[in-house]
Amino acid sequence: MRRWVSPIAIIVIWQLLCMGGFIDPRTMAAPSDIAQTAVGLIKDGTLGAETLVSLQRVVLGLVIGGFIGLSLAVVAGLSRIGDDAIDPPMQMLRTLPHLGLISLFITWFGLGETPKVTLIAMGACFPLYLNTLGGIRGIDRKVLEAARSMHLTHRQQIRHVVIPGALPQTLTGLRQSLGIAWLSLIVAETIPTDAGLGHLINEAREFLQVDVIVVGLAVYAALGLTTDAIVRHLERKALAWRA
Amino acid sequence: MASLTPSRATSAAAPSGPVARVRNHDRSFGDTHVLRSVDLDIEPGEFVALLGRSGCGKSTLLRSLAHLDPPPVGEVEVSGRTSVAFQEPRLLPWRKVQENVALALLNSPERKQRFELAEQTLTEVGLTDKLDAWPLQLSGGQAQRVSLARALVSNPALMLLDEPFSALDALTRIDMHQLVIELWRRHSMAILIVTHDVDEAIALADRVLVMDGGRIAREWSIEPRRDDRAPSKPEIARIRAEMLSALGVHPTPANPNRKAVHKQGAA
Repeated sequence: MRRWVSPIAIIVIWQLLCMGGFIDPRTMAAPSDIAQTAVGLIKDGTLGAETLVSLQRVVLGLVIGGFIGLSLAVVAGLSRIGDDAIDPPMQMLRTLPHLGLISLFITWFGLGETPKVTLIAMGACFPLYLNTLGGIRGIDRKVLEAARSMHLTHRQQIRHVVIPGALPQTLTGLRQSLGIAWLSLIVAETIPTDAGLGHLINEAREFLQVDVIVVGLAVYAALGLTTDAIVRHLERKALAWRA
Repeated sequence: MASLTPSRATSAAAPSGPVARVRNHDRSFGDTHVLRSVDLDIEPGEFVALLGRSGCGKSTLLRSLAHLDPPPVGEVEVSGRTSVAFQEPRLLPWRKVQENVALALLNSPERKQRFELAEQTLTEVGLTDKLDAWPLQLSGGQAQRVSLARALVSNPALMLLDEPFSALDALTRIDMHQLVIELWRRHSMAILIVTHDVDEAIALADRVLVMDGGRIAREWSIEPRRDDRAPSKPEIARIRAEMLSALGVHPTPANPNRKAVHKQGAA
């Protein structure tokens, strides 16, 4: 409870400053106005529709990028040849600031959905790759040896030792990937577009609607928090054995 | 002749001939010779202890028998299934106790049967109430019991124990010795235990081998019944002294000063 006192105080002061005319409404809208705008946008269905479009982009990018990152990590983690072939280029690529690739993706793919989803996938790929690979490499070799002493096949070892052993790190990677996916979405949606939260914000900018911009940003934040909470919940369920 | 292919069927009904046959087995890592032309037969149902200092090659020999480091063709033949219990329990922390044991049966098809057998075996080692526990919730002794159950559940012809009790406290170790003997009597598999503890070897085994420099240096048969192996018994005391000497350990001679002090105190 005590941790809520200062955020609430800040909002109250913000509200009072706006009401007292100390803040230019073209710079920042009052919390009450923002709330009103949000309710309006929800009621006329705009916010829901635009959010859904953005959410779809993130999910698609995350699924594609996550699948690639996970698959590459499994191949690199399980075979020496795979490691030699995959890891060096991945380590080089990961140092690229991927958000900077947006210009390249626009020249390749135009202005449609493809460059946006590609950017998100590109961002989401690396945390899952790096963490899963780290997880596989970190598996206790003694436990693997015990599995061999039980005459488990290679496939059974992967299913019962490698995958569950790497899971804690993979889930950490998933949370990082989600964070990057949302960030990539925001950047991707600055590409001119006719739908999505970015579209809502870009339009509001044209008309100097600060309140709408803030609502858009708040939704980005809320979505990020929600998906993070979902993965945390998953972690608690899947990693009960660490109790 | 012993068959080369491990299978559950052959393990229950002991085939004629040794369960493990090691002939002229050499093993070197880089420039170091770890095993030098080792010969060893283990008969069905026999309890053998392999004694030696660290680095004498005893664990390497066990790993060859378990095919964890596959030995050169023809040097190590094992008929029937092997299983291993290691010094650390090496349980899968993400599988519950019962499933950890059931995993050793993955090659048999029926899941329900695997879990039933696992439960039976866990009952044998006295852990009926821990079926649903996570390995990280167990004490060291309990985890080692699960590890024993896991080695036992597949009904091996040869159970390999690699210093399984050396990390346990002395009292737990005594309990575990009792348990291993009970399990061995009930299941009549052959056991090879690797240890550096002379008393453990004497308490458990029919036959004790001392390894030194990659060779089997000496061998003893322990004839007295297991409940008649008190260290004070002359035969046991003699064997024990011989083993220590073969291991290069020489008991400290009595301290003459101490005796003097004692006399003074008594006076």
